[in-house]
Amino acid sequence: MENIISIPFLVGMIYLFGVLIFRCIKWISGLSKFDKIRLFKSITGRRLFLSIKETFMEALLHRKIFRKNPVLGYMHMSLAFGWFLLIVVGHLETMIAEHSLFVPFHKAVFFRYYEGSGDFFLSGFFAFLMDFLLLFVLSGLLFAIVKRFRKRLFGLRRTTRLKSGDKIALTSLWLIFPLRLLAESTTAAIYHNGGFLTSGVGFLIDFTGNPAILYYPFWMAYSLSLGFFFVALPNSRYMHIPTEVVFIFMRNAGIRLKKQNDSYTDVQVFSCSRCGICLDKCQLSVAGIDDSQSVYLLKNIRNKNLSDEKLFNCQMCGRCQIDCPVGIETIELRTVQRIESTREYNSSYDYLIQETATKADVVYFAGCMTHLTPRVVSSMKKIFGTAGENVWFMDEEKAPCCGRPLMLAGQYEAARKLIENNSRMILDSGAHTLVVSCPICYKVFKEDYKLPDVEVVFHAQYINELIDSGRLLVDINGLRMVYHDPCELGRGMGMYEEPRRLLGRLGEVVQMKDEKEYAYCCGGSLGNIKISGEERKLLRNQALGAYESYSPDILVTACPKCKKTFAAGRKMKVLDIAEVVAGAIPANFAQIAESSFEKQDIDTFAPYMPC
Amino acid sequence: MSQFDFLKPKSRQIEFEQFDDRILTFVLERERSFLTCISCGGCTATCSAGKLTSFNIRKIGLSLRRGNINDLSDEVQKCMFCGKCTLVCPRDINIRNVVLLIKKRIAQLETEKAL
Repeated sequence: MENIISIPFLVGMIYLFGVLIFRCIKWISGLSKFDKIRLFKSITGRRLFLSIKETFMEALLHRKIFRKNPVLGYMHMSLAFGWFLLIVVGHLETMIAEHSLFVPFHKAVFFRYYEGSGDFFLSGFFAFLMDFLLLFVLSGLLFAIVKRFRKRLFGLRRTTRLKSGDKIALTSLWLIFPLRLLAESTTAAIYHNGGFLTSGVGFLIDFTGNPAILYYPFWMAYSLSLGFFFVALPNSRYMHIPTEVVFIFMRNAGIRLKKQNDSYTDVQVFSCSRCGICLDKCQLSVAGIDDSQSVYLLKNIRNKNLSDEKLFNCQMCGRCQIDCPVGIETIELRTVQRIESTREYNSSYDYLIQETATKADVVYFAGCMTHLTPRVVSSMKKIFGTAGENVWFMDEEKAPCCGRPLMLAGQYEAARKLIENNSRMILDSGAHTLVVSCPICYKVFKEDYKLPDVEVVFHAQYINELIDSGRLLVDINGLRMVYHDPCELGRGMGMYEEPRRLLGRLGEVVQMKDEKEYAYCCGGSLGNIKISGEERKLLRNQALGAYESYSPDILVTACPKCKKTFAAGRKMKVLDIAEVVAGAIPANFAQIAESSFEKQDIDTFAPYMPC
Repeated sequence: MSQFDFLKPKSRQIEFEQFDDRILTFVLERERSFLTCISCGGCTATCSAGKLTSFNIRKIGLSLRRGNINDLSDEVQKCMFCGKCTLVCPRDINIRNVVLLIKKRIAQLETEKAL
């Protein structure tokens, strides 16, 4: 009869463990053969400790959320770490009280129910410690309740909309700890013991009447709330708690997303806690789009109701990925979904014919977007000319696209055809360097092209090298410049310093609040296929407004697409890095180069140039 | 004739009996901005694929609106999706989406064996 209290808890627990074991087996068996070996190696080797450490730091202490907002971090930590300690310390307490290393799980959870009068070694200390931990969790719960109604206090402007399954889980989670307090306090009231918290509350319960009547109902309610939570967990967002551990282990094993859905995508999807941190980062909300953000993408993948409208309505700028506390690869995950969605209609590009390549030291690939900003092209030509570079302008007349726009649309197989064609052309030219002036092209050349012995450099890097080696001289223009980090270059390729170093030679680069990985998207991104022109303008104006507040002389960017988008805003002068550099080349230096001096001659002239 | 750089235009007759709006309605439901197309040809002038082959994005729009979908399936495959057309469009039409929708609808019709 006594044991009836633990039945709801045990039923929930058994169901939960059943589901979790089933899921784990399904996920691990869904991995490719190599991934299975990777996972096995990582849990048998040294990396196991790294994974355990990361699990502790992220899943329990929530270090990343702490960094973003301490109050939000405290809320998550007190609930997760506090609960974890309650379980561990509760177990220790039971072990000591029972003088046994093996105690049944429900015995530890309902220790005060079974051993209410408990008087054993260190019982006073444990009573204090358990009360302290319970208070710790309850403080986090208080924050959680306040957060539901006043999210701004936690640095959040928006939170996600909850499903009914989430609501059941949330309510039962919220009830667990107050009910535990009441149940333990009733025990304390009956036996006149307990720590500082339970004895205090117990005194109040004693004061109201006969605590013995409340004894069973409170403990039963506590057990029921636990049982409900465990049953609701697998179908709610709280599934992220166990899944995140699996995710951390798989990620540390070196498993990566493939070009198709596999169980690793599933693990990432289930790891999403729907905290909504990505919602605030997403610029689309400025344009009133609030159903296609990463958190909803993950939710839709999980519920298998992802529509094309939502899937393709994303700038793919990566702002959400930076702040994700779980580390979900939101952009890659969306790309995989796009690949899955468009798999049936990839193009073959049969019309591509092998053009003859020109032999040169350096190949310059401007890219489609650069061709719409002719001044970038002419600036690059001037820079090449001044440096006396033996360069072949690969797509001056005609050339296929680099393939990145197709990849962003999910047409991976079609993009491969363009990549093969371009690769052959570049390799045939015998060049040692490929210069690219468009970050969109740069990313695909760096990541998806296999070009042995060819170094792919971005034009900012290339110009820096030219100046470092004395082949190019630039005057100081003394301008106050705001540098806009293009998404594909910054968050996409991690290149933040190279353009700043280049601009720093010419003038002053203004430091801003939202820069580098937190930089805005210009709004023109090729990643978004659904957004309308009007909505793009709203995104652009948000970025322009932020830059305007620093009142720079010019806005500099490194991406022709960003340049084109910002220029249409007509708020300030927008230039590409190449244009700024070309404008700063001293006039006589250009003449020297144009009058076909040999490269060595330029080098000997260089020291006498004003700089 | 082609040696002399003369164009040999095809028949411009529109067959209203063969008017097939299955793709057009699909596109218009999802991309309203296509309604505002004035067939200026800016997209075709800038097209990266158009420089390499006879691909003509303006013509695709025309065939789509004329319900002449027979050639569409081969033609639309040639698009490289670079997005220059969308950038130059004076009516801010989301042409990349139009192309993607046409491809998607054709794939749908093909799987239904209705094309």
